[in-house]
Amino acid sequence: MRHAMSIEPTPTSIHRAADQGTTPSSPYLEIRDLWKSYGDFVALRDISLGIGKGEFVCFLGPSGCGKTTLLRAIAGLDLQTRGVIWQGGRDISILPASKRDYGIVFQSYALFPNLTIEQNIAFGLENTGRSKAEVAARVAELLETVGLSAHGKKYPAQLSGGQQQRIALARAIAISPGLLLLDEPLSALDAKVRVHLRHEIKALQRKLGVTTIMVTHDQEEALAMADRIVVMNHGVIEQVGSPTEIYRHPKTLFVADFIGETNQFPARVLPDGQVEIGHSAFCCPTDGFAAGAATTAVVRPVDIIPHGAEAHAVHSLDRPATPQNLIDAEVHVMEFLGMFWRTRLTAPRLGDRTLVADFSVNAVRRLRIETGGVIQVEIPRERLLLYPRGI
Amino acid sequence: MSIAIDYAPPARRLRQQASRDDLVKLGFMAVIGLYLIVALGAPLFVMLSKSLSTYRFDLSAFEFQVSDETGANWATAVTADALNKELGVVAKKDLATNSDGRLAVTKFFPQFNFRSPVHYRIRGVTDDAAFLVGSTLEKGTAWREYDSAAFRRVVLRPASSLGIENFKTYFSTPALARSIYNSVLMASISTVVTVSIAFALAYALTRSCMPLKGLFRGILTIPILVPSLLPGIALVYLFGNQGVFRDWLMGYSIYGPIGIVIGSVFFTLPHAFLIILTALSVADARHYEAAASLRASKWRTFTTVTVPGARYGLVSAAFVVFTLVITDFGLPKVIGGQYGMLAVDIYKQVIGQQNFEMGAVVSVILLVPAVLAFAVDRRMQKRQVALLSARAVPYAPKRNVRMDGFCFAFACLVSLFILGMIAMCQIAALVKFWPYDLTLTTKNFAFDLMDGGGWAAYANSIKLALLTAFFGSVIVFAGAYMVEKADGFRFGRSVFHFLAMMPMAVPGMVLGLAYIFFFNNPANPLNSIYGTMTILVVCTVTHFYTVAHLTALTALKQMDPEFESVGASLKQPFHRLFFRVTLPVCLPAILNIGIYLFVNAMTTVSAVVFLYAADTKLASVAVLNMDDAGDIAPAAAMGMMIFYTNVVAKLIHAVVSRGLLARTQAWR
Repeated sequence: MRHAMSIEPTPTSIHRAADQGTTPSSPYLEIRDLWKSYGDFVALRDISLGIGKGEFVCFLGPSGCGKTTLLRAIAGLDLQTRGVIWQGGRDISILPASKRDYGIVFQSYALFPNLTIEQNIAFGLENTGRSKAEVAARVAELLETVGLSAHGKKYPAQLSGGQQQRIALARAIAISPGLLLLDEPLSALDAKVRVHLRHEIKALQRKLGVTTIMVTHDQEEALAMADRIVVMNHGVIEQVGSPTEIYRHPKTLFVADFIGETNQFPARVLPDGQVEIGHSAFCCPTDGFAAGAATTAVVRPVDIIPHGAEAHAVHSLDRPATPQNLIDAEVHVMEFLGMFWRTRLTAPRLGDRTLVADFSVNAVRRLRIETGGVIQVEIPRERLLLYPRGI
Repeated sequence: MSIAIDYAPPARRLRQQASRDDLVKLGFMAVIGLYLIVALGAPLFVMLSKSLSTYRFDLSAFEFQVSDETGANWATAVTADALNKELGVVAKKDLATNSDGRLAVTKFFPQFNFRSPVHYRIRGVTDDAAFLVGSTLEKGTAWREYDSAAFRRVVLRPASSLGIENFKTYFSTPALARSIYNSVLMASISTVVTVSIAFALAYALTRSCMPLKGLFRGILTIPILVPSLLPGIALVYLFGNQGVFRDWLMGYSIYGPIGIVIGSVFFTLPHAFLIILTALSVADARHYEAAASLRASKWRTFTTVTVPGARYGLVSAAFVVFTLVITDFGLPKVIGGQYGMLAVDIYKQVIGQQNFEMGAVVSVILLVPAVLAFAVDRRMQKRQVALLSARAVPYAPKRNVRMDGFCFAFACLVSLFILGMIAMCQIAALVKFWPYDLTLTTKNFAFDLMDGGGWAAYANSIKLALLTAFFGSVIVFAGAYMVEKADGFRFGRSVFHFLAMMPMAVPGMVLGLAYIFFFNNPANPLNSIYGTMTILVVCTVTHFYTVAHLTALTALKQMDPEFESVGASLKQPFHRLFFRVTLPVCLPAILNIGIYLFVNAMTTVSAVVFLYAADTKLASVAVLNMDDAGDIAPAAAMGMMIFYTNVVAKLIHAVVSRGLLARTQAWR
């Protein structure tokens, strides 16, 4: 399945970045036909990507998908096996790390433990022809920027994880790099600090206008922070797009499954443009699929609309009924997750498969949905997505 | 279809443009790699080839012609072999010789008279056949003519060939081959005894609430600070022919297996103790709580929780002790009597009989168990997984009067053994004539009146220890830094690491002998360091390289691997990161390497015993030589001087590290 979308032995992959819209005609960072293999293991497979100036891009994927390898190739820390990288009109493919132009923040912070916060930030500024006063002024400015002016004389071990992360960020941007690389910068922090720092980093990035690439395995983080998300799996780019595009129109089953939750059903395309799931026909867009094609139909739990026991009354109110996609389902399990209810339904029309649906607290109360009850739910036509059947 | 391009299409592999840093690092690595090759690889190789070289006079390779009295008419040419067959002057077994062998040609001419007018001609049948005229080497197939007076001074040189003849000789000499059995037996017995005692002590220190744990810990590390000769000397005083406790042995002699085992236990105990102590101190209290909640008996808890938890430590300690005993030279030299041990055999062959080839054979044989033990130990270390997870709860022993009392008594007993040996040497060093005249005296410290090198030897030892500590720390740390932190050159780094691990498996005697072969060769450009302090420093650094290397590596591994990446991204040269961050953070480890090298340079005998010269005699070797000469009390006195020096060095180390740490490690 994963090969189907992304591995075409044709030159089209080269232009994929351009196909995907938002990049300007000459990207600030351009990666072409990049491969990385370790012996027989291929970690990156024909990667091509363009990133515009000032853009905030997230590399998102499960662990081992190659996102960190790609970042390290851009940084010159792990040379690619082949392929070229251009940054700001300069071919940096084989330049050593020290001759490239970037600042980097690692998950471990990598702050020098024996230097004070000030010395840490000043590390990249010294030795560059700046006077002591200039360095001190720049350090003070950066400390101010990350809001840690009071801590300049402390050692890293005396700061909290979130504070250390901000110092690492300050150190990375001290030399005003053209590119900021963030390698899972937030994953070592606890949830509250993480959400807080997310906003701070994003705000700082906007203020500085620095082109930024962040590697993360946390889809929420990527959705919240990125201008564009590069979803990767098994060393290939599955999809590049804005957070809403990625979420609403996942190009592959992998993307659909990795971002957000999914219900998946084996489905067969019928000659009349409908699909058969279980023993029933459902309406959905079937563009690009021949009649009889074996597919996987996907619908997100949040997209399922509850109509309650008095279904007819409900859909006569707001939306036109689509009888084919209305099904009766028995509520098996209800799990209260705070902001919504997660329910597990069984529907005879889906061949008694379990359907997971998330209902708002409001809807559950209004429609009096309860365990053991039978309700009618709708799978909206345009939210039922089809993918070629996985192998 | 997708399978077809599963691999990157064949294209020229990219090479990263090398930065200046990379070149500098590469240069450093080459220098230190070269050091290890010159100081370890090449000498060992030369030694190995020596053990396989046999020397034999090849009589068929020489031809003679004899003239008549006028010197004008020549008889037909005849080979030395033919002459010998006719005359039988050299028996077949006497043709085997060593690299220094010489055979006078006049033997083959019974009528030879150096006053006769007869002339002789000699030539080689092959280009390699060589003979000496006086001290001039002649080679080749051209005839050379000598009058009788000159022919008297012609001697044949042996031809060398590769083969296992030396080993055959070794194994057919019962006195030599028996040493293998003796050495393995002594090492095995000592290992069992030492590891048992060390385990009991470590157990007492970690699992009981006995008092004075810190003191016991200190006492148990004392033997590291003295040469292994010292327990031998103490045993001579305690149980020797004039020993106070001689009767305790019930007629058995301390000179031999008994002395070797007791002395070995003494000097290997701290090594085993520290390893097992480390293994036992990483106990997880939750395992003990689980055992208690399952109502396991004390014994069952011991056998199912305590012992398995420490099993890698036990195995590791066993290998370390075995290797130390089988390769030790000082102790069996002093106390071994007529009991042949491999390490002493090397010394006897080389120093006593000047039979370097046989010394090399014994060295190769001694390498086998040491390398084997080393290899098995490394494998075990790799299998060891971190027993202590991050959430482990440290074990805190509970009071138990009977158990604590028993542990305390045992620790006292072992401490008494250690302190008793040291005290015996101290007393011997300070009294006139043990045990008959116990008047205190300082005459035993008048080293200048004895053989062995006098106070100059002591000064040399301190010089050697300081130089070794300084240069050793620099070389070892720089080397470990290259192995751990340089990127790329993967092959070079793994070769380097292998070389760095090797000294652990090479006994000191073997290294010393290998140095003779390698550096005492006039053709070697480094020949000039032979007989100087430099070769002693090089040898000692190399001898103790591995442990120091591992210490440095451990310290470096604890550093965030991304420091280098950050440094590069900030466009800072690597040396700036090295001096501002790496070095200060690793300072405690470097100081530990320094003191380790210092102490060992003070106490080592085995490697340097082959390499010292008249003006570079060492204190530890002086102990050996004075003991050899019968000056046992001065030997004890010199041994005690080494002990005091090491104690002082340890104290200085403690003070310096504390001072430096306070200044540079404020962040800790």
